[in-house]
Amino acid sequence: MGLLAKSDAAQLAGLIGRLENLPEFEWLRRPEVGGVMVRGRMGGTGAPFNLGEMTVTRCALRLESGEVGHGYVQGRDKRQAEQAALMDALMQGPRAAELQETVLAPLEAAQTDVRETRAAKAAATKVDFFTMVRGED
Amino acid sequence: MYVAVKGGERAIDNAHAWLAEERRGDPEVAELDVAQIREQLALAVNRVMTEGSLYDPDLAALAIKQSRGDLIEAIFLIRAYRTTLPRIGHSRPVETGVMACDRRVSATFKDVPGGQVLGATFDYTHRLLDFKLMAEGEVPEAAKADPRQEPTPHVTSFLNKEGLIQSEAQGEVSGEQTPPDLTREPLELPANRALRLQALTRGDEGFILSMAYSTQRGYGNSHAFVGELRIGRVAVEMDIPELGFAIEIGEVELTECETVNKFAGSKVEPPQFTRGYGLTFGQTERKAISMALVDRSLRSKELGVEVSNSPAHDEEFVLYHCDNIQATGFLEHIKLPHYVDFQSEMELVRKMRAEIAAGQAQDSAQEAAQ
Repeated sequence: MGLLAKSDAAQLAGLIGRLENLPEFEWLRRPEVGGVMVRGRMGGTGAPFNLGEMTVTRCALRLESGEVGHGYVQGRDKRQAEQAALMDALMQGPRAAELQETVLAPLEAAQTDVRETRAAKAAATKVDFFTMVRGED
Repeated sequence: MYVAVKGGERAIDNAHAWLAEERRGDPEVAELDVAQIREQLALAVNRVMTEGSLYDPDLAALAIKQSRGDLIEAIFLIRAYRTTLPRIGHSRPVETGVMACDRRVSATFKDVPGGQVLGATFDYTHRLLDFKLMAEGEVPEAAKADPRQEPTPHVTSFLNKEGLIQSEAQGEVSGEQTPPDLTREPLELPANRALRLQALTRGDEGFILSMAYSTQRGYGNSHAFVGELRIGRVAVEMDIPELGFAIEIGEVELTECETVNKFAGSKVEPPQFTRGYGLTFGQTERKAISMALVDRSLRSKELGVEVSNSPAHDEEFVLYHCDNIQATGFLEHIKLPHYVDFQSEMELVRKMRAEIAAGQAQDSAQEAAQ
C-alpha cells in the first residue's frame, strides 16, 4: 500500500491500463480528499508535536467476489485513490502474482530509481577532507 | 444611528477583473503554469507549504500563481483551503534519523559518521548574478557517485553517549500521546514545547529569523552551534483503524536543524549542552535554523537559565506575533472602510477643541475684567 500511496498517478494509471478484465466493484467509501496531521519528534527523538498537515485521498470498495480494498494516496487525485483501492482488493485474490509483476514491481523499480538517483547526486557532494602539510617540523 | 452604505459592487467586480488581467501581465509573454512554479520556484513553494501548514506542492504553486508571487497572500490562500479539508487523522511521528538525506552538514564535528554532504546548496556560491539564466540553455547533469550505504545517525546522539547533552523528554513512542494542536484549540499561555514548536514551524520566516538573530546579538544571549542540519525525504506512516495496522501514506521532504548551546549548569543540572530544534517542510534551512535558536531561547525558563526581558525570551511576545496571517489580518484590516469609527473620532476632536476654545475665551474674558 505504501508503493501505491507514493506512486505517480500517471504511471499507476498506465500500468493498470495493461490489466485486462478489471472487475466491477461497489463503493464502501467514495474517494474523499482530506488532511493528515504530520507529527515530528522534539529534538528528532523526543515526544511528538504537530508539524503541519498533508493532503491525502482515501476510499474503500468491495469487489463482486467480496474482497474489500482500501486506497490511501498522497495528494488530491481521486482516480489514483480508486486505483490504489482496486489494487489492494485484487491483491487479496487469485490475481496477486499478476499484479505484483505488472503493477507493483514497476512502481517499486521507478521509486527505487528516483531514490537512488538522488542518493547518487548527494554522494557526489560529500566532502573529502584532507589535511594540508604545514611544514612546521 | 447605523447607516449601511452600499454601492461598491461594480467597483469591486471591475477591480477583480483588472486584477486578473494584471496577474496575467503582458499576453505576449508566455504564461507561467503551476508545474513550472512547482519545479522552478521550489523554495517559494516550500515556504508556502511550511507557513501555510499544508504539504502539497501543487496547491502551494497554484497559490503563488494566484497571489502574483506575494508569498504571505499565498500562505493565506493555503490556510483558507486547509480549513475546508476534513481531518483524516494524524501520522506517526516521522523518523528523521532514517531520512534519505540530500544534504547533511554538521558545524560541530568534522568527521561525523555519514559525512558532510553538501547537497544542492547556495552556500559557497559567489552571489553574482548569473546572466546565463536569462538565456535558454541546457543544464549539465549533476555529478553522481556511489550512493552512501552507511547510516546517517543524528549528530547529537554522539554527545548523548557521553552524557554531554540533555536527553529529549520521551513521549509515548507509539505516538498515542496527543500533543496540543493550534488548528483545533486557540493558543493559550503558558504553552508547552510541543505547542511552541508547532507555532514556530507555521511562523513567519522573517519574524523567526529576526528573533533568532536578536539572540545572537545579545538580546537573551545564547551562543548556538548548528550541531546538525539535514534535508531529505522521510516516509509518513499512519495507523489505519479499518486495517488495524500502519501503512505509509506518503513521503515528505523536510529540513531539520538541531542546535547545541553551552549550559553552565544549575543547582540541579551539571554543565552540559542544551538543545534547540527546528523542523520544516521542504528545503527551508534558514527557517529551520532560526526556529531552533528561538526554540532554545524559549526553553530558558524550564532549563533554569536566567530569563531576561529580551523579546526572544518572552513566550507571549514571540508566539502572539509570529503568525503572519494573524498579523496581516489585523494590520491590513485598517485599510478597509472605517468611515463611522473615524467620524466619531472627528466629532470628539472637534468637541474637545471647541471646549478648549471656549475655556480660553472665558479665561481671557476674566483677565480683561480684572
